[in-house]
Amino acid sequence: MTNQEWKFTTKDIAEKPDLFTSGHRACAGCGPATVLRLIMKATRGPTIVTEATGCMEVVSSIYPYTSWAVPWLHTAFETAAANASGIEAALKVMKRKGRLKQEHVDVLAFAGDGGTYDIGLQALSGAVERGHDFLFVLYDNEAYMNTGIQRSGGTPLGAATSTTPAGSVLPGKLEHKKPIAEIMLAHEMPYVATASPYYWKDMLTKVRKGLEVDGPAFLHVFAPCPRGWRSDPAKSIEYSKLAVESCVFPLWESVNGICQLSVPSKLVALAPQKKKSVSEYMQGQGRFRHLFTPQNKNLLEEIQRMTDEKWQRLLKKCQTEKT
Amino acid sequence: MKSICKQRLMALSGDEAVAHAVKQSDVDVVAAYPITPQTIIVEKFGEYVANGEVQTEFVCTESEHSALAACLAASVMGARTFTASASAGLALMHEMLFVTSGSRAPVVMAIANRALSAPLNIHGDQSDSMAERDSGWIQVYVENSQEAYDSIIQAFRIAEDVGVLLPIIVGLDGFTLSHSLENVKVLEDDAVKKFVGIRQLPNVLTHEGKSVPFRLDPDNPMTMGPIAFPNYYFEFKRQQDEAMKNALGLIQEVNSEFAELCGRGYGNGLVEAYHLVDAEVAVVCVGSTAGTLKTVVDSLRNEGVKAGLLRLRTFRPLPVEEIRSALASVKAVAVMDKSLSFGGNGGAVFHEVRHALYDVDDRPYVVNYVYGLGGRDVNPRELRGVFEDLQGILRTRRVANLVRYLGLRE
Repeated sequence: MTNQEWKFTTKDIAEKPDLFTSGHRACAGCGPATVLRLIMKATRGPTIVTEATGCMEVVSSIYPYTSWAVPWLHTAFETAAANASGIEAALKVMKRKGRLKQEHVDVLAFAGDGGTYDIGLQALSGAVERGHDFLFVLYDNEAYMNTGIQRSGGTPLGAATSTTPAGSVLPGKLEHKKPIAEIMLAHEMPYVATASPYYWKDMLTKVRKGLEVDGPAFLHVFAPCPRGWRSDPAKSIEYSKLAVESCVFPLWESVNGICQLSVPSKLVALAPQKKKSVSEYMQGQGRFRHLFTPQNKNLLEEIQRMTDEKWQRLLKKCQTEKT
Repeated sequence: MKSICKQRLMALSGDEAVAHAVKQSDVDVVAAYPITPQTIIVEKFGEYVANGEVQTEFVCTESEHSALAACLAASVMGARTFTASASAGLALMHEMLFVTSGSRAPVVMAIANRALSAPLNIHGDQSDSMAERDSGWIQVYVENSQEAYDSIIQAFRIAEDVGVLLPIIVGLDGFTLSHSLENVKVLEDDAVKKFVGIRQLPNVLTHEGKSVPFRLDPDNPMTMGPIAFPNYYFEFKRQQDEAMKNALGLIQEVNSEFAELCGRGYGNGLVEAYHLVDAEVAVVCVGSTAGTLKTVVDSLRNEGVKAGLLRLRTFRPLPVEEIRSALASVKAVAVMDKSLSFGGNGGAVFHEVRHALYDVDDRPYVVNYVYGLGGRDVNPRELRGVFEDLQGILRTRRVANLVRYLGLRE
């Protein structure tokens, strides 16, 4: 497929019919549901979606109902990328044998953090290594929300989950969040990016780029979960802004291995004095409440220090690769 | 007599015979992961791909779990799909076996039957696929490489039939068949292509009442693999069981149609009876051991012993009626199991054959022999001993041990 110019204006987005439709059973303020609805607006033609087991799969496909206006397949928790491989292989051979009605069909895989960082990582790595042409979207709500808020490889340090509760001895999760986008970048794949639904135009542009690129693309999307984060459902989009402003979740993209900061994070880099603290981002999220007690003061400082270090590393990487 | 189609003789191992059949069956997608003793199948197929002999999309996945997930997805796209595995590979697929049958994806899979760890053992027994007997896959077990070739071709017809639409396992004994060279009669490419035909898809009704083919198609969006709560799940499962029942008839039809084409049939497709009409003592077995047993039955018959053999070719769906009628005259039956249901009082085949015989008026004695685990060889002398044991049971009217172990150091 040739690249095409596109513009995602508010009007265009509003007018384009939903492919992830209303009527699903997601909670109020659900970040992933907003992300999916928006992302489906960025599709460019015939699209087949496959999805890992998880919140979004469960809320959207309760038999005999569906929220999907595109062909959609769910098989298991760890199989989103393997399914995408099979769909793409079938499309290729059908085209070769003259049995495909469409000129081109895009393949889009959705998985949560469990289905990406943890149980689905092997299948994802394999599919990317094999070079299948598909876009894998990780909607990251930072724990196993569907099964009741258990910790995952995507849960940040210090977060309380149902398997890492904040107790009198332990302050929530003791380990760091896995750098998943960097892991995918190490696959030397054509397109890797991070996105946040507050910056929806940036997110949709990245979706479209991921679809247009030949070969595998990976998009890591920040997706607040009010139930799991013990946060106000009205503030999900606000948190997806604060995460970027505090550099907890910086936005960048890598095209053929060249890393660049995306505009929202570039603005933070240009005006470091405006950079928010991790405390500003964490306040109001029940999962981090215990970090604001005197007992965990050191841990909160450690999280700030780690976030700053990672941000500096990213700045360096984006600068080096530009020159 | 009707003339049979042109065929040529090739020296093929069981695995090669499978690969050759897949090559000729116009398969769209093969996704697989290597494991002994199945490896030759995918290696051979890789050769076909490298030499441009097939148009198939060959996906070398990073695990068996992904291999089956990819096959499933390709299958619900409307593609004809094939995979192969064994032992630990099949065990790793366990989750996806149920998803595949539940999604009504007619994937064809060859299993070079092999023991399961631990201890690690690469040799042949049937523990791997017997452990998957409730996964909703049709299971056919072959006696030799010729039958492996023939059964793979038949498998596409059976699995993809719109009245069945279930995945199928064709089991061939690891090493005994997978790696042993045999003379195999192969059909011409066109004959196979014609026999398997183009995959047909059943039509289903959309919520708007429109009749559309059952596949993922951007023109007719369909949600596949939904979540079903207690109000619907049960009906899905009952439909799978009905499809299994439909397979009983279809397997027989495909077997006779194939026999008409090339002159080879395997009993009625479900079971193969050998000297059972007037038999008093009989052995029931699955797989390649039937070959050895036939020679044992022959020599016993020469000595005037009314011995017979029932080879269970189709294990899922279980041909209950056929087992009953084939064993109607038999007074003592030994069921051979190349797998063990630990703590289950015998093996899977034993349980099922004994279950099938419970309702007959004049119930025979039915005993179990577990044998060949981890590839341990079984010889004609030992198998002859089984028939002698059965004669002993008839003489004494007493079963000393319901479950026995053949060729085991105790």
